[in-house]
Amino acid sequence: MKAIEAINVTKVYPNGVVANRNVNFSAAVGEIHAVVGENGAGKTTLMKILFGMEKPTSGEIRIFEKPAQLNSPHDAIALGVGMVHQHFMLVPSFTVAENIMLGIEPKKNLFSLDFKRMEQIISEYAKKVNFELPIWEKVMDLPVGVKQRVEIMKALIRGAKVLILDEPSSVLTPQEVNELFVVLKNLSQQGITIIFITHKLNEVKQIADRITIMREGRVVGTYRNEELTESQIVELMIGRKFEYDISRVKAVPGEPLLVVKNLNYFREDGAHILKNLSFVLRSGEILAIAGLEGNGQKELVEILTGLRENASGEMLVGGKNVLGAKPWQLRQLGISHIPDDRIEVGSALDMSVAENMISDRYDQQPFSGRVVYRKRSVIEFARRLIKEFSIRVKSPTTLVRMLSGGNMQKVVVARELTNEPKVVIANQPTHGIDVASSEFIRKKLLQMRDEGRGVLLVSTDLQEVLQIADRILVLYKGEIVAHLQNENLTETDLGFYMLGTKRQNPEELKELLTL
Amino acid sequence: MKRSLALLELVRMALTILIALLIGYVFLLFSTKDVAEAFKWFLYGPLSSQRRFVEFLNNSVPLIMTGLALSLVFQARVFNIGAEGCLFFGGFGAMLAALEFPQLSVLHLIVTLLTAALFGAIWAFVPAILKAKWKASELVSSLMMNYIAYLLVLFLVNNYFRDKAAGALVSYRFPQTAWLATLTRYRLNSGFFIAVSVAILIGFLLYFTKYGYEIRVVGANKKFGFYTGINVVVTTFWVQLLAGALAGLAGGIELTAMYRRFVWQSLPGYGFDGIIVAILARNNPFLVIPSALFIAYLRVGANIMSRMMGLAPEVVIVIQSVMILLVTAEALLERFKKRIVEREAMKGE
Ligand SMILES: Nc1ncnc2c1ncn2[C@@H]1O[C@H](COP(=O)(O)OP(=O)(O)OP(=O)(O)O)[C@@H](O)[C@H]1O
Ligand SMILES: [Mg+2]
Repeated sequence: MKAIEAINVTKVYPNGVVANRNVNFSAAVGEIHAVVGENGAGKTTLMKILFGMEKPTSGEIRIFEKPAQLNSPHDAIALGVGMVHQHFMLVPSFTVAENIMLGIEPKKNLFSLDFKRMEQIISEYAKKVNFELPIWEKVMDLPVGVKQRVEIMKALIRGAKVLILDEPSSVLTPQEVNELFVVLKNLSQQGITIIFITHKLNEVKQIADRITIMREGRVVGTYRNEELTESQIVELMIGRKFEYDISRVKAVPGEPLLVVKNLNYFREDGAHILKNLSFVLRSGEILAIAGLEGNGQKELVEILTGLRENASGEMLVGGKNVLGAKPWQLRQLGISHIPDDRIEVGSALDMSVAENMISDRYDQQPFSGRVVYRKRSVIEFARRLIKEFSIRVKSPTTLVRMLSGGNMQKVVVARELTNEPKVVIANQPTHGIDVASSEFIRKKLLQMRDEGRGVLLVSTDLQEVLQIADRILVLYKGEIVAHLQNENLTETDLGFYMLGTKRQNPEELKELLTL
Repeated sequence: MKRSLALLELVRMALTILIALLIGYVFLLFSTKDVAEAFKWFLYGPLSSQRRFVEFLNNSVPLIMTGLALSLVFQARVFNIGAEGCLFFGGFGAMLAALEFPQLSVLHLIVTLLTAALFGAIWAFVPAILKAKWKASELVSSLMMNYIAYLLVLFLVNNYFRDKAAGALVSYRFPQTAWLATLTRYRLNSGFFIAVSVAILIGFLLYFTKYGYEIRVVGANKKFGFYTGINVVVTTFWVQLLAGALAGLAGGIELTAMYRRFVWQSLPGYGFDGIIVAILARNNPFLVIPSALFIAYLRVGANIMSRMMGLAPEVVIVIQSVMILLVTAEALLERFKKRIVEREAMKGE
């Protein structure tokens, strides 16, 4: 039986972009169905249509083989469809239980909630699907993997029999991905249909029963997992042959560009987030910082880029201590920054792609004279970057808000890699970007390394780290617990350090780090 | 497709105005017998004689200026609504310069207007600095400043500059060197030309200079602005000062051209009307001109109607509100727009 089905669906957005063209798609009850395709292929759009968030321009939706008229997500939820979005929609200051039951809370009386009943409902359900949750912890203190489980639980408790996940794994570490997959397998065995979007093809091979491939708004085909190899999937996605051909020659590190000494950071609530960090980033190398999310990487990056204050210690650039300097001062010193949050921090959604691409150099030639701002050269420049980074966008004047997730990310990356930086601080640079473009960006980072720039790569994607990093620091609970040369390393090796089960001798570490 | 969309936009405008007028008409039904006559005066009044046409243009002058001031701060997503206080204080500044420096002769008018702008900026400085230093809500502090301006200026004018020879509570008359010319027999405020030029200048600033780019980025996303290397605090600070100067200048122009004394015993309300003008113009300085003219037309039309028919001019407030609601209601005719876009997009398939 088909759980959910799109028949001949076409979607035209108000700006005239045709995101889905005559799409036929169906998922069978209890299967795990992966949806893949390049950035901007129309995956999210199709899922939003199935969830009632966007109305199709034409075509039909059927849920459990009955035609469905979806005017809003409410209708979809009522029919047993749930969706976990790429950007979570949780209330950070609420507990897990409160978030899960939001809007459907059991009440004691008119004014007070029945917390006992809440706990009962959730833990009953959690047991059924074999799922652990810290029910009374606040959501903001949780790692992403757990937040995601909260989102899934939220959908399940509202009666979801079809669960749609939009890029659920793109911010998770391998460990968390494995945990997620156990959960998904479990759910599918209980008859719940899982549809998930991803850019990581090894995951597709690992877990999907069937795979639907989209390209330029169309469905290229739906296949059983065994029918395709990874490289065949890529070929169908991009419509031509594709070879992974990143080769990393040994780095030739030069002078130190960024020296961090005894960096300490305490959060407002007193938690010791970064503990006495020291390391050196040299020109001509890629230094990666690996670690499970929530071990201080985010804070470290924000401190090094001037977005977070009140750290102590030293951050030397060109021999001067610039800890606590403002972002504009650091940018002037040639430090560029790809932030992990492209929506809140990395872009202005309601400005055009072109205007987003010059935000760090709008006051320089050729974009501005003394006062006058030259639109034409801005547009021209944007055209070039759009081409170079293969960004799918109608025109340079399109608002960033109208781009697909991966294409937004490309706008940010394109800007931060093209201002002749001395140091690039890249936090999850290929987050949400498709296979071919990720490859391009990694090559670009290697090329920048070879030009004598320094790259500080923060990533939870260990494949990426092992592919391009020269040295790797592992951060665990705010401490550097390992310093590794990237030679014959495996993900498992890194895993031990990341989980805190293994650490290097502090004395040796200290020496290595301050060399 | 562009053409059909532009046409649709025009139709939409016309339709909103029509609906608003219809509602106004219904209101008039309750207040007078001769509705047709009243309505005629309301719609056509400002065009019915040269004098009235000039009255309409003159009315738009302070509206353009305050509309600009508010467009600017709104563009930066700063909710400083202190234009009223700045205008009042700016008017006071103009009076000071006009009365205290008559020896300047040729330069006198320029100094007077510049002083007005300066006083406006000084008044805006307070909420701006409170915001920059202590993150105090500019909405609250600017609103407070409006009332402080009112009480302070009235106290000063009535105690130190009051012309006891005049029959009303007004200041001494400005010397002729500080008069802004009025043209033609019907006294067209030459400040109209200043206002239009300033609008074009501010539009240019916003869309064609790097400072304008900064303002727009800060307005679009402050976190992004900070991250990408813009000094957000400094930008929001200066935007408020500039807006204050514009509002102050509005006060100066109004007094030196239309009254030639300090005449206000209550807040004239232009600063608040400026909010409406800015919203109608979607914070676009170029659109502030038609937007202010539109509001001025309604106002003058209503006044003429009430003069001719002995009606309360309040009906205009109703009509105005309805229009603003409708103009900002994006969803009107959305269906048609969608259909045009879809048809065009699928053409190439
Ligand atoms: N709100 C919108 N308004 C206009 N166009 C949009 C809107 N949302 C998406 N689009 C366009 O529709 C197309 C498909 O976008 P969609 O988000 O479905 O892509 P996607 O396959 O999910 O890509 P990604 O892998 O980057 O997330 C893109 O070209 C995008 O620019
Ligand atoms: Mg997407």
